[in-house]
Amino acid sequence: MNRTQPARVLLDPTSERQLAIRSRVQRLRTLAGKTVGLLDISKPRGNVFLDQLEGRLRERGANTIRFVKPTFTKPAPVDLRHEIATRCDAVIEALAD
Amino acid sequence: MDSLPLLPSGLVAFVKRECPTCTLVAPVLARLAAEAALTVFSQDDPSFPAGTRIVDDRSLDFSWHHGIEAVPTLLRVRDGEILGRAVGWHRGEWEQVTGLSGLGIELPEWRPACGSLSVDPDRQAELLVRFAGSKLHARRVELAALEDEHEAMFERGWSDGLPMVPPTEARVMRMLQGTSRAPDEVVAVVAPDLVECTVEKVAINAVMAGCKPEYLPVVLAAVEAACTEQFNVHGVLATTMPVGPVIIVNGPIRRAIGMNSGMNVFGQGNRANLAIGRALQLVVRNVGGGRPGEVDRATHGNPGKIAFCFAEDEEGSPWTPLSADFGAAPGTSTVVLFTGEGPRCIVDQQSRDPESLARSLAASLRTLHHAKLVIAFDCLLAIGPEHARVFREAGWTKDAVIARLTELLQIPGSELVHGAGGIAEGIPEHLAGATLPKFRPNGLRIVHCGGKAGLFSMMIGGWASGAIGSEPVMKEIRP
Repeated sequence: MNRTQPARVLLDPTSERQLAIRSRVQRLRTLAGKTVGLLDISKPRGNVFLDQLEGRLRERGANTIRFVKPTFTKPAPVDLRHEIATRCDAVIEALAD
Repeated sequence: MDSLPLLPSGLVAFVKRECPTCTLVAPVLARLAAEAALTVFSQDDPSFPAGTRIVDDRSLDFSWHHGIEAVPTLLRVRDGEILGRAVGWHRGEWEQVTGLSGLGIELPEWRPACGSLSVDPDRQAELLVRFAGSKLHARRVELAALEDEHEAMFERGWSDGLPMVPPTEARVMRMLQGTSRAPDEVVAVVAPDLVECTVEKVAINAVMAGCKPEYLPVVLAAVEAACTEQFNVHGVLATTMPVGPVIIVNGPIRRAIGMNSGMNVFGQGNRANLAIGRALQLVVRNVGGGRPGEVDRATHGNPGKIAFCFAEDEEGSPWTPLSADFGAAPGTSTVVLFTGEGPRCIVDQQSRDPESLARSLAASLRTLHHAKLVIAFDCLLAIGPEHARVFREAGWTKDAVIARLTELLQIPGSELVHGAGGIAEGIPEHLAGATLPKFRPNGLRIVHCGGKAGLFSMMIGGWASGAIGSEPVMKEIRP
């Protein structure tokens, strides 16, 4: 069928998501008095890594809140993401093994 | 282009000059033009037939929209409504439609019609685009004059690394003929970007993968299954383990679309097997945004992540099909999606009794992913026809085979704990006194496939099983 008319218009196979430019949240100037969320993704020994980080953060005057994802294999539930976003100034997500 | 162009009132004929019956009845049409209100729509020659009022329908606009399948077709129309119809030449029918007598006395009583150009198979794709293409919503990507269309697809990141069929409107429209579902119907929300994916988007990716339209229902079912919470394609993609979706097809559609369940079943050479497997992967890549090096973090991956789809050999099987284990009714066409690595061969050319063969299979199954790891990983065991024969002749049902393998795969914890065998990998020391099964309940599944010669079976290792990882999912294939 394309012998005479070569394929010149193709249909986009992608999600066509608009790449809207999103500005980054303002970086924290200091950790003192800020709340940092520590998200354990439920990989083995993620808690060990986060314990170390938590100590360092507190030395610098930050408050910390610990969160845990139900499983590392799936995205964090919407409610958990919302809780982190509303309660924390920053978040650190731990990968381990 | 979708609006119906109205037919004039009176008599209406659709003809083409290349049709012998049309040329035969040309004098009759000339008489009708003289004696009654006749309009002729000519599909190939606007000067034919002489002596009539002719509408040039070389665009086939009228023929397409009024569903003309054969020429000559004679209609009697009033205010757009068709009151009478004759197809081909049959004197009695023409006299009935026209209300005139003595038509074409010199002609034979009856002559057959020819196919209308509006249903010419060679022109279907072009006509679908012209008259129905506006149904498609996908963004049009216009290629520059000097752009090679194959290179353009690579450059846009659409390819899995192999060349693809360019998804033109004509090809996508033809692909959509393979399903009764509407192009804008949402099939699933595809991870990792969690994007709604329409039938049209699946069709576009199916074209690129090399599918025929009749494969599309299988691809749609596979996309539905992959995007369930249970199957968890997000995790399957993101894991560092070398797994991907494995599609097993059961039911009548296997034969209808020519899938391979026999010789070289996991190998190259069968279009349906490979194109369907590839189409699912392209949907995940292009619609879901799951690309290697991004969300796909596989350490090694495996070649099955290009395409891994096959049919079960149900006809040669001593057992019920895999789909029945998931509750499918007999005769139903289904896909089962299993998260699997590449297939690995189990050789046993000596066992002629089922107990020996079961022990042989169990010895190999124990090594799946690691001989000291248990319960965490499922297995799809593809038993070849020559191994299945040993069980068949001994009267072992599929349940009996699984039950015996499960017994043989109860492993003392002392062999599995950290340090046992001088190997750090293993399970916690406190389980040393326990006996543990290699597989969780229902973690071992059996499918029958492969060539008739060769005393082999194949095992396909799974991934983190159950709710924390991936569960196998069955979906019915809808037309």
